[in-house]
Amino acid sequence: MRAGSLIKVLLVSLVFAALATAVAIFIPWLPEQSSKEAERIDFVFWFVTAICIAIFAVVAAISVYSLFKFRARPDDDSDGPPIHGHTGIEIAWTAIPLVLVVAMIAVSSVVLVRNDRVPDNALRVEVWGQQFAWTFLYPPAGKVPGEDKMACVERDAGRIVDGCKASPNLQLPVDRSTRLYLSARDVIHSFWVPEFRQKQDAVPGITTEITITPTKTGSYRLICTELCGLGHALMRTRAIVTSAADFERWLSSRTTPGGMS
Amino acid sequence: MTTVQDHTEEHDVHAAPPRRRTGLWRLLAPGWLRAIWMTALFGALGVGLVVGLRATAGWRPIIDWEPIITAAFLTAAPLGFLAGLGAFDYWLRWAFGFPTQPEDHSGHGAKRWTDYFRINTDHKVIGIQYVVTTVFFFLAGGMLAMLVRAELARPEADFVDSQTYNELFTAHAALMIFLFVIPAFAGLANYVLPIMIGAPDMAFPRLNALSYWLLPIAGTMMLTSFFFPGFGAGWTNYAPLSVDQPFGNVFFSMAVQWAGASSIMTALNFLVTIITMRAPGMTFWRMPLLVWANFTTSLLVVIATPFIAGSQFFVMFDRVMHTHFFEVVNGGYPLGYQHIFWFYSHPAVYIMMLPGFGIASEVISTMSRKPIFGYRLMALSLVAILILGFSVWAHHMFVAGMAPWLRIPMMITTLLIAVPTGIKVFSWLATTWEGRINFATPMLWAMGFVSMFVIGGLSGIFLGAVPIDIATSDTYFVVAHIHYVLLGGSLFTIFAGFYYWFPKMTGRMYNEMLGKVHFWMTFVAFNATFFPMHIIGVQGQPRRVYTYEDQFSNWNIFISISSFVLGASFIVFVYNMVVSWARGPRAPANPWRANTLEWQVSSPPPTFNFDEIPQVVGNPYEYGVPGAKHAILNGDREAATETATEEVRR
Repeated sequence: MRAGSLIKVLLVSLVFAALATAVAIFIPWLPEQSSKEAERIDFVFWFVTAICIAIFAVVAAISVYSLFKFRARPDDDSDGPPIHGHTGIEIAWTAIPLVLVVAMIAVSSVVLVRNDRVPDNALRVEVWGQQFAWTFLYPPAGKVPGEDKMACVERDAGRIVDGCKASPNLQLPVDRSTRLYLSARDVIHSFWVPEFRQKQDAVPGITTEITITPTKTGSYRLICTELCGLGHALMRTRAIVTSAADFERWLSSRTTPGGMS
Repeated sequence: MTTVQDHTEEHDVHAAPPRRRTGLWRLLAPGWLRAIWMTALFGALGVGLVVGLRATAGWRPIIDWEPIITAAFLTAAPLGFLAGLGAFDYWLRWAFGFPTQPEDHSGHGAKRWTDYFRINTDHKVIGIQYVVTTVFFFLAGGMLAMLVRAELARPEADFVDSQTYNELFTAHAALMIFLFVIPAFAGLANYVLPIMIGAPDMAFPRLNALSYWLLPIAGTMMLTSFFFPGFGAGWTNYAPLSVDQPFGNVFFSMAVQWAGASSIMTALNFLVTIITMRAPGMTFWRMPLLVWANFTTSLLVVIATPFIAGSQFFVMFDRVMHTHFFEVVNGGYPLGYQHIFWFYSHPAVYIMMLPGFGIASEVISTMSRKPIFGYRLMALSLVAILILGFSVWAHHMFVAGMAPWLRIPMMITTLLIAVPTGIKVFSWLATTWEGRINFATPMLWAMGFVSMFVIGGLSGIFLGAVPIDIATSDTYFVVAHIHYVLLGGSLFTIFAGFYYWFPKMTGRMYNEMLGKVHFWMTFVAFNATFFPMHIIGVQGQPRRVYTYEDQFSNWNIFISISSFVLGASFIVFVYNMVVSWARGPRAPANPWRANTLEWQVSSPPPTFNFDEIPQVVGNPYEYGVPGAKHAILNGDREAATETATEEVRR
């Protein structure tokens, strides 16, 4: 390969990198960032985006350059130079992606582990999905949900245990971690608040867990993201984040519904 | 190899025409008449069997339509149809000790268009049967997608109801995956692969015919399900939702069995053909990459497909026989479904990609007039994808509630697949470098594939990184990703293959100008349709919903209009194919000046492909190497032996 074409490919790469960066920056990609977990997830998002822009720019530049430069004239029946391969280049394009992949795996793993931590002072809330509504349950002090059981729902009967407080929307205090324990009555549902980024399926028969640490007060969309039947698109409610004092006031004002299902 | 040759030479001895049956005897001859009454007979036997068993066992009600339809109309009647057409005649005569009719090869070749509607054991006829059938189901699946986009054009529910909407996107995916992408690749390979390795046919021609005839059965089942009413749990058919769907869900479960059986039989046929029927001198390291690609794909199919068969049987049993595989109250385990399902359906992604990699390699090398860059690494990376492909299934389940520790190992294997895939992309680009590129339509599709597949691969890295997947799973970001991979990837290579081998298959040239119009229209509309889906997905539009927030309405109307243009682009394709097949100019034997064997015989090739089995003497992509030859054909045995011995000496 001549040095001249190398420089030209490099220039075209820079143009493509600039274009892709513009797409990444000027289109509002991510929704508002309203939780600690979202901050970490967004870091991974932009880290991977940067690597992908670099790869895209190089690949796009080589293809566009070679498609314009090496186009055969209509009367040209000759063959190209018989290049069968180049061990050095082949090793390079195996090793460089491998290094990038390892970097992305490392960053992702660290974030995954940190996002899955449960601080000691975490609020515990149970999430109960059924066609086509969510119920959020706040267990009284002393009742702790476990890996295989829920503290507030008798899963087989779908009955709410006495002493638990229930709400049709998710109320959370700001700046405090909440551990959600999810399960479902009939089919699989999935809990998602785009502004928190965190998503977790609620599966009949088992309890799944997820941590959310809201950083901004406000009211957010809470949507089901696993196809659950005819009302799937309408299985929506709100996640409402308030100050710690407002949250305590709200919680103590809730009555405990007996036998709601 | 000698047996094959003898067989070919015997051909003329047995070429007497088959006995013509007349009058009522025609009802007994294999064909559509017998198929009609045997379908009815087997259906009636199935009804009798179910009703009889229920009556004997004292179950009430005696007439329960769910098991009746499942056993009689979705299982027995199709077997009757196949038996009536004559798919089992030879084997049954042999099994019952009747004298078998020696193959007279009257079933080879197609002289009239009606010959395509019979059991035919010629791999070239079967290849065309496959391709035409899959294009039909592609158009049907595309129409369903248009209806989906019509509903999504406005945020409100205003076009179809919720149940119909769920059925539309489910049937769209099911048809595209099981009746277009997978069998379209099988059809193209059916036509060209035996010729490429210098064989007169596939190893098991009768099995080949049977594999094809299972497809119309599966497709008809999926389309008729709409009347029962259809299946609406997504093509993934997750339990326990799938268990309490309308009855159409059983149609999906059974259609997958028929299509899956077809895939497995074809894959076994390819494996045996590739292993045992290569022409002398065709070593593994001299096989064209399309053959390598189908070899690895067939291994994937044979190992993985039984898993989806199992998962769909479980769902059907839960429903029709009241078992409790996935019913929690009775000790069932819903996540078990997902593990079994994805153990097939992730490898299935590679089943839908690797043959396309093979097509791209053929087209790019020939059209660039250069050898494939790094041939052996290209073949080995197919094998690496095959092996890694079995270790990543749970990356579809990062938010599903499976054991949390499984996530990091699955992320590692998932992202590692980027390495062999990257090798392939870089090698294709290096193949074009300093070439003499001929931008005929197949090359446009192949290069369009490479560029779109890069975007699909990069969005795949986002989804492979667990934290990002947690945020984007089950949103339109995933919809965008799968369409960049399966439409920009698989579909583009299928079209590259259709245009590339059209002259070989039909003996006529397609219209180059219309081919280019088709490509550019599809390419632009495809990007306009699917790129914005990345944005609305990340912003929070979940998939599989018929209504969405107003904030997404501008993008959605844009996407819907683009998708209608995308749909319209295939009218150009169909027009070009139909008119060119009927009236196109005669194609020369080798319009692309390619080296592989299928181009060294006439267009279309003679009934048994070669007058004499060729002698392979070199690699298939030696463009630009002075005096290089891939194979020696037509009786130049002496030269062949000389070259072979010379090679041994070297």
